[in-house]
Amino acid sequence: MLVFIIRRLMQAALVVAVMSVLVFVGIYLIGDPLAILVSPEATELDREEIARSLGLDRPVWEQYFTFLTAAVQGDFGKSFVFGQPSLGLILERMPATLELALTATIMAVVIGVPLGLYAGLRHETIGARAIMAGSVLGFSLPNFWVGLMLIMLFAVQFGWLPASGRGQTVEVLGIELSVFTANGWKHIILPAITLGLSKCALIIRLARATAREVMLMDYVKFARAKGLDEKRVIGVHILKNIMVPITTVTGLELGALIAFAVITETIFSWPGMGKLLIDSIIHLDRPVVVAYLIVVVLLLVAINLIVDILYSVLDPRVRLGGAK
Amino acid sequence: MSDVTLPAQTTAPAKTESPIKRIIAEFVESKLAVFGFILLMFFALAAIFGPYVAPQDPYDLANLDILDARLPPGEVSGTGMTFLLGSDGQGRDMLSAMLYGLRISLFVGVTAVALALAIGAFAGLLAAYAGGRIDTFIMRVVDIQLSFPAILVALILLAVLGNGVDKVIIALVVVQWAYFARAARGAALVERSKEYVEAARCLGLSRARLLLRHLLPNCMPPLIVIATIDIARSITLEATLSFLGLGVPVTEPSLGMLIANGFDYLLSGVYWISLFPGLLLTLVIIAINLVGDQLRDVLNPRLKR
Repeated sequence: MLVFIIRRLMQAALVVAVMSVLVFVGIYLIGDPLAILVSPEATELDREEIARSLGLDRPVWEQYFTFLTAAVQGDFGKSFVFGQPSLGLILERMPATLELALTATIMAVVIGVPLGLYAGLRHETIGARAIMAGSVLGFSLPNFWVGLMLIMLFAVQFGWLPASGRGQTVEVLGIELSVFTANGWKHIILPAITLGLSKCALIIRLARATAREVMLMDYVKFARAKGLDEKRVIGVHILKNIMVPITTVTGLELGALIAFAVITETIFSWPGMGKLLIDSIIHLDRPVVVAYLIVVVLLLVAINLIVDILYSVLDPRVRLGGAK
Repeated sequence: MSDVTLPAQTTAPAKTESPIKRIIAEFVESKLAVFGFILLMFFALAAIFGPYVAPQDPYDLANLDILDARLPPGEVSGTGMTFLLGSDGQGRDMLSAMLYGLRISLFVGVTAVALALAIGAFAGLLAAYAGGRIDTFIMRVVDIQLSFPAILVALILLAVLGNGVDKVIIALVVVQWAYFARAARGAALVERSKEYVEAARCLGLSRARLLLRHLLPNCMPPLIVIATIDIARSITLEATLSFLGLGVPVTEPSLGMLIANGFDYLLSGVYWISLFPGLLLTLVIIAINLVGDQLRDVLNPRLKR
């Protein structure tokens, strides 16, 4: 297990290093942040002054080296736009994004698993067919358009829910969260539905497929033969075995969900790190984009590692390949 | 969808028929898939002939009248023109704008997938055929790339490359070639050890000919399935990127950009600018997915009797 974790961490370090070079060089080669930061009326002297203060007058490799030495110490440079340390800006907004992604995931699982289970167990009924048709729709609907339509219906037409922002937050363990206030819930529900819809469709399909497989297993037949209550067979024997693939897939999809939150956050003006990324890309705010990428890559690696370990804990048949 | 085709398996066509005939016969067994296919053909025709049937040229500024801006669907303007699906913020006919947008969306989706298929199939075949270090290297790149969410890779690429139809296509190809490479390698590894490849090798055929004329055609079925579904993915991704302002330029608006334009008016109750392009986009994607689902069942060798 330890060998496995160490190997994975080394792989991750390599990926992060390669990413940092690619992103740094790529973002360096395009666009001139000075053109955006300095007003056109500024004199040549002013421009040089600003370029020097931001370190933009040095050669690329030197800028990268400076960046790298600082990055190892957790310093990704100051944002060109905000004038604050970019890592701080990202971390400040991370709880909002994680809160949104987790709420969306929980909603997708809580709604998706029972529907998928039903569709799998009673796969010939009209209800099951309707659920499957709904899941195809959930897959096909363009995510961002769903968000717009939800705003149109619930914020504009009915005026039930707010269209933007995070609402009232409460500090829990030093982190501002929305899910603990009624007002916060009103704000999070539309973005969470938007973000979680396609995941919910995925979970429905997965739960249905695994339920149909598990149903035919000997241990389920045996449990029925023992005369166990149908509730117990479904709740314990089937559900428990469905949850293994669902946990894995949900975990792995969490990373994609955090990345996808970029869009949801933009639509609902949710003050998370995804919205910050888009704003920073548009303003060529290089340090923030790089800091975002490094943070998200680390997050993805951590999630994948946790899911792999969790998988081996949930399913004792799986052995992590480490020592050979 | 397999539920629908199952009963028909007993009436499998005779073996003398050509494979293409058999595939078509099996494909039409699902009414839903046929419906999707017809819908898709309709959209393709609308995209190709869009400029000829559109009520106006939405990007010729001489045609636009700012007084026609934000007319609701079905409204007749002062100049006597009927705006069937309403007009946008500049007085553009939404139906015409959508026909032009559909053209760009489909063009970007199909081109990106075709290129990704070509590059991915080449890389996958090479990996399977060459083996060793080349194989390890290509598959390692594929693994690393697939561990990142597609949207993130595309976003960063476009942040680096800038706006433009060609750049969106590049970003989509970079995001998607890996799927094809993995599938092509898998298929090629299976095919490589078959007798016809052995026979071709004994005939002393060149390596290129062996790969392209013998191995590639037999690896195509799974790639075609992925390609179909991937066109839907590409179109959605392009729409998403354009919605964020990082995709196609304002002068060549795709469906995604039309939806984005409507976003500004949504809060004041002007729903049609976002609603109709989004509906069209959804229908296109559903149609492609219906066709792709059925193709997967028809072309999947594991489901063959």
